[in-house]
Amino acid sequence: MLTQSAEQRRVVVTGLGAVTAVGHDVASFWQALVAGESGIRRVQRFDPSPFASQMGAEVLDWEADQHMDPKEARRSDRYTHFGYVAASQAVADSGLDLEAEDGDRIGVMIGSGIGGMYTYESQLAVLAERGPRKVSPFTIPSLIGNMCSGMVAIKYGVRGPNFGLVSACATGAHAIGEAMHTIQRGDADVMIAGGSEAAITPFAYATFCAMKAMSERNDEPARASRPFDRQRDGFVMGEGAGILILESLEHARARGARIYCELAGYAASCDAFHITQPDPEGRGLLLAMSRAIGKAGLAPGDIDYINAHGTSTPYNDKFETLAIKKLFGEHASRLAVSSTKSMTGHLLGAAGGIESVIAIKTIETGTIAPTINLDEPDLPDCDLDYVPHTARAKPVRAVLSNNLGFGGQNASLVFKAM
Amino acid sequence: MADQKTIEQRVKEIIVKQLNVNEEQVTPAASFLDDLGADSLDTVELIMAFEEEFKEEIKGEIPEADAEKLQTVGQVCDYIKAKAGA
Repeated sequence: MLTQSAEQRRVVVTGLGAVTAVGHDVASFWQALVAGESGIRRVQRFDPSPFASQMGAEVLDWEADQHMDPKEARRSDRYTHFGYVAASQAVADSGLDLEAEDGDRIGVMIGSGIGGMYTYESQLAVLAERGPRKVSPFTIPSLIGNMCSGMVAIKYGVRGPNFGLVSACATGAHAIGEAMHTIQRGDADVMIAGGSEAAITPFAYATFCAMKAMSERNDEPARASRPFDRQRDGFVMGEGAGILILESLEHARARGARIYCELAGYAASCDAFHITQPDPEGRGLLLAMSRAIGKAGLAPGDIDYINAHGTSTPYNDKFETLAIKKLFGEHASRLAVSSTKSMTGHLLGAAGGIESVIAIKTIETGTIAPTINLDEPDLPDCDLDYVPHTARAKPVRAVLSNNLGFGGQNASLVFKAM
Repeated sequence: MADQKTIEQRVKEIIVKQLNVNEEQVTPAASFLDDLGADSLDTVELIMAFEEEFKEEIKGEIPEADAEKLQTVGQVCDYIKAKAGA
């Protein structure tokens, strides 16, 4: 196995898991997206009245201890709960018998943009109100952003490469891409990879609202996330996790696995422009997209669908569209582009995780999930085919999925039908 | 209402909740580390929970030197009773 070159070692997707506001598993998640259902409501978990943005795509009617050992749940943060449960779904979906596998050859790379925000906030309150001796001994293990990967490894006894990585809203895509590289270079045969986030908290809302980054369309939450629309006014936060099982092609074939598709290309880049604003020329994203497509052995004209980062912020949607037009030229107007954040909200570090699941389901089903709420495209800046309002049936062979993070970090993934 | 319960009952309830074990496992001789699946972080949290529940009885915090000696359910109950009677 290890004598094969990186070029020969192909990486395929064999399992999917998702916990989101619109569905607590992949089947219900995908069904909701195809139906154009929004998961965005007024925030339930805390009183959002004092905040400029009062909406979120919360995972409701879901308790971690129904899906994982209650003691493990109590000792970990909500962000870990989502990733851990989605990883369990993905492992089950893959049909892998991890007890029979060589655990040294399996790794985990589940990232979180922010980490254990609930824990951080609640324990800071304990410190302020009751003093340092009352702070929980589980605070650090709960809040660190690599703990989800660690706990998944403990559950399955897998000892291969394992860490969390951070690139804000591009985290999940970077984690999946780096996991792909881990398999390609021969350090693992199987990787459990994706993103997880749980930052619908008062402190997170105060901080993002202070940046004027979040939508204030509080009177109609389900219509607040409206990527590429003239009336868009910011993102709406979501929470949850999206996890993939990545596997070397030979390992998947040897065990007769059901293969969804190939993860054929990945590239990372940086705008090197501003701490939070995307480059108005879209150069960093263009570089990531271009390299990812090249790595996949494809040309831009081979891409049928782009799952856009499409945050519904004024800048992102305009500059992402510009970058797409620069790279794809005439093909930009022929391919389909949609932002599923119109329904899921923006899951920050988990966005790349759930959007990879979407990319894969698009190839599997030949159905493109829509951009809802796109009533009036913001012409001339946003003038592509964004699959407005309703899903579309279309055979899709290759999907590009983009994610951009504060810090100027970009990640593009290319999934390809086998 | 809590005062109606014995110290043993209150200790047991905390242990059952924090360590996610069955009531039957929580015998006086049971060791947190050896019998009830606790790790060192659990024992720190347990001591904090006992301090909170029994703040009237123990009149303050459980000093580190005392906490280290509280390794079984029975030792905890005896410690609290001794403090409460003092």
